[in-house]
Amino acid sequence: MRYVKAENVAEVVQLLQDEVGVARVLAGGTDVLVQLKMGMVEPDLIVDIKHLEGIKDIVSEDGGYRIGAAVSGAELGEHAGVVALWPGVVEGVELIGSTQVQGRATMAGNLCNGSPAADSVPGLVAADAVVRIAGPDGVRDCAVLDIPVSPGKISLTKGEFITSIFLPKRPERASDAYLRFIPRTEMDIAVAAAGVSLELDADGTCTAARVSLGAVAPTVLLVEEAANAIIGTKLDEASLEILAAACSAVCNPIDDKRGTIEFRTEIAGVLAKRAALIAYKRAGGQ
Amino acid sequence: MALDENGKRTFNIIGTRPPRPDGIDKVTGRAMYGADATAPGMLTGHILRSPHAHAKIKSIDTSAAEALSGVKAVITSADFGVPEDDYTRDVQDNCMAREKVLYDGHAVAAVAAINAGVAKQALKLIKVEYEILPHVTDVDAAMKPDAPIVLAGYAMDGLPKGMSENVTHHFEFGHGDMDAGFAKADKIVERSFTTAATHQGYIEPHACLATMGGDGKGELWVCTQGHYHVRGVCADILGMDASQLRVTASEIGGGFGGKTTVFIEPVALALARKSGRPVKLVMNREEVFRASGPTVSSSTDVKIGMTKDGRITAAHATLRYQGGAFPSGTVQFGAQSAFAAYDLDAVQTIGWNVMTNRPKEAAYRAPGAPMAIYAVESVVDELCQELGLDPLDVRLKNAARKGTKSAYGPTFDDIGLEATLEAAKAHPHYAAPLGPNQGRGLSCGFWFNFGGNTCVTMNLNFDGTVGITEGNPDIGGSRASISMMAAEELGISYDKVRTIVADTNSLGHNDITDGSRVTFAVGLATIKAAREAIKVMCARAAKIWDIDADAVYWEDGFAKPSGPNAGAFEPMSIEEIAASSPNTGGPIAGHHEVNADGAGVSFGVHLVDLEVDPETGATTVLRYTVFQDAGKAVHPDYVEGQMQGGAVQGIGWALNEEYIYGQDGRLQNPGLLDYRIPVASDLPDIDTVILEIPNPGHPYGVRGVGETPIVPPLAAISNAVSRSIGLRMSALPMSPPKILKALKSKG
Repeated sequence: MRYVKAENVAEVVQLLQDEVGVARVLAGGTDVLVQLKMGMVEPDLIVDIKHLEGIKDIVSEDGGYRIGAAVSGAELGEHAGVVALWPGVVEGVELIGSTQVQGRATMAGNLCNGSPAADSVPGLVAADAVVRIAGPDGVRDCAVLDIPVSPGKISLTKGEFITSIFLPKRPERASDAYLRFIPRTEMDIAVAAAGVSLELDADGTCTAARVSLGAVAPTVLLVEEAANAIIGTKLDEASLEILAAACSAVCNPIDDKRGTIEFRTEIAGVLAKRAALIAYKRAGGQ
Repeated sequence: MALDENGKRTFNIIGTRPPRPDGIDKVTGRAMYGADATAPGMLTGHILRSPHAHAKIKSIDTSAAEALSGVKAVITSADFGVPEDDYTRDVQDNCMAREKVLYDGHAVAAVAAINAGVAKQALKLIKVEYEILPHVTDVDAAMKPDAPIVLAGYAMDGLPKGMSENVTHHFEFGHGDMDAGFAKADKIVERSFTTAATHQGYIEPHACLATMGGDGKGELWVCTQGHYHVRGVCADILGMDASQLRVTASEIGGGFGGKTTVFIEPVALALARKSGRPVKLVMNREEVFRASGPTVSSSTDVKIGMTKDGRITAAHATLRYQGGAFPSGTVQFGAQSAFAAYDLDAVQTIGWNVMTNRPKEAAYRAPGAPMAIYAVESVVDELCQELGLDPLDVRLKNAARKGTKSAYGPTFDDIGLEATLEAAKAHPHYAAPLGPNQGRGLSCGFWFNFGGNTCVTMNLNFDGTVGITEGNPDIGGSRASISMMAAEELGISYDKVRTIVADTNSLGHNDITDGSRVTFAVGLATIKAAREAIKVMCARAAKIWDIDADAVYWEDGFAKPSGPNAGAFEPMSIEEIAASSPNTGGPIAGHHEVNADGAGVSFGVHLVDLEVDPETGATTVLRYTVFQDAGKAVHPDYVEGQMQGGAVQGIGWALNEEYIYGQDGRLQNPGLLDYRIPVASDLPDIDTVILEIPNPGHPYGVRGVGETPIVPPLAAISNAVSRSIGLRMSALPMSPPKILKALKSKG
């Protein structure tokens, strides 16, 4: 196994493209190193991107924030600007692993691990976040929603890697929230999860919303019917019930050691409802 | 109450909370655990494990692994003999499969190599040809006559018709006329329960370092609860004399019963013997789950009759436990303890133990009792609900007391159940208001406790300080408690005593650290060893004073003349006696060797408030109070720690912990991510109330406290959940999907 500390983006792309064996990109390493130790993967090449210029920076851009691929959960959680604008995204990221893991774990890594239960991904999808990808054909942007393909698989092609994630600007009365269900209170993996982002008008009526679900299908889901259920409402009980039902309706989970199909389907709606209410309050709704 | 022939009643050190002697080493990382030992030329051992739940081993080809550079030894069952006695053979076959693999994770071969990379590569080169056999992992399925036979030839004598050969043990206990008892009842509740297999969840995986010289002398450094037992079993398996194998126990990162047997130790010794080099073998977490010894899973039917005013008229339980591959009789403890908390005229328990294709169970804290008492206490709670009675009053009304003929036979001496129940009733917790979706549950718990073979030496150093040598690994602060008892008896300060856990060559046989026996039995032996040394010290003072030894007595660290007639001598300190000992007869020591009897039983009552989220089925434990009779709490911190730790393990067992097997018979969750032990943030502070009803069998009244506290939480939590959701739960764990499903079924 070769380990390379890359100096620049072009070098990373070249290394990844040239590797005939198994290559892994290392940012925080909280997935790769665990997989290595458990013998789940035996990479031929590990490319460390932590030392690329700007890769650990959070930068204001067009009223939003561009977050470098190697920014850790702990760093993100201490950035007042991002926390104020996208609290739901941040709370999802902060649920990854333990306090110690937070010092290393990154949003980009969480996304690239390809887990349907990734805690940062529903929030990013609800936020309509966009990843910037460097590759052999230059730089391209792609919605987070289009990155996961199936459990463990993502849409990046050979030679490509994520350099940053962009969280867009948003109007005054807008916010988001992320909730997951785990049988414990920490150190666990989402059995089901929901991210909700919404915008309100002056009297508290929801004018725009995005609702996403995690751990209830092979990939993260964006549920338009659920968003439509609350757009034009003040999130009264009836509209929340429709949102919950819409969420449960699109679930396509598996039965496994972490939860049953029946359970995941049921609580996906409950979580979406609760996340919507949290986001609503954060956005200034009464 | 003749607790103590010396009539000691007031204590100076017992009951205080000095710092533990092993604390600094443990928090600074200096303590030596199982995997911390090294030896020159040491090799790394790795074990190849079965991917099948049940299969015949048709062939094992190790030639490619042996040929790999860096591999120094490869072993299979062919490298061991076939022991004649069943017990040794079963232990050996569990450590290394012979002819058949009996569970997912069963060892089939092992290698010793120069490093982990080579060892892992070598495992991949071992070719095992299996013939897959049908398997069974469920307790009820394994008892059916058409169930796959786990191991032929182990069926119990007189196996009833309609039962599988997998049934190895049957027990019955009780007394009285059952029919007459049930006829007197105003209300009878009959219900069936199941509990999942759980793991002790000790933090430190099994680890050892073995050496074996060309002269046949072996050394084993090992993380264990009982190094004398390890020596005995390993010597038998390897065909050695006990004297030729010296076993030293490392510090231990938790055991809870799971380290009372061997898994990797004979394998490490065999690899060391074959390679001629020291071999270190350390399990990873996955191996701990798949191939150590979790507890049994159970299926139980309970029937109890009660009068309108809460008197139990008859009580019956049928218990079915599976203990994995190989026979085990743990259901005996379940059948004995099920109704121990009650004074009953008519009681009967029937227990069956059955083999399955799971790892062989090991002890887990009060083995067999939690699942039995869970079922009984659930039915008692349901009767209280049905009859509109207070659950504490009903337990008080039926409580076992001094003179009660217990459901398992013996008549109780002084016991603390009634006082414990009264304490619970008087506690503010019991009267605190509950909010919406909240429920309160309670349960009694019981454990027998044990004494056993114990051997202690007390050595007086020339400077008057004291060394205690004992032979039981310290899993619960016992070095502190033993030092305290020695200091108390000698009348010197705690910091003048150092207690060490010695190797197998340093003392006579000491039974395993189990049965909550160490503070009781080693404490008792320590007190008696100190008294023997005191006799010697008094005699030495008498010699110096030139008076009769009988005319000298011991008080607060001094030898004193017993009265004016004995002579007007200044009291002589332990330091003076020690310093002059070379001139008065040589070194001074005290010994005590005993197979200790008189371990007093211990009762506890747990009280819990919790809240169930009606939309997700998630349970949040809000308040928890443990009441327990400790006899005498030597070091209250450690007594409270046992009470809290037992409660927490029981909470995990009740809510989320379980061995999950797939259709293929493979364990689905062999790791701490998906085997869900509670984390700190899941729990409230566990409040504790220690009661002290002295045990007549110990000089200071000490009872074992380590096991009782894991018994009540299962029913306490289940009763609280059932009351919160208005529906009787009857299967553990009560994971959120299970509770939500129950809520949905209620509509």
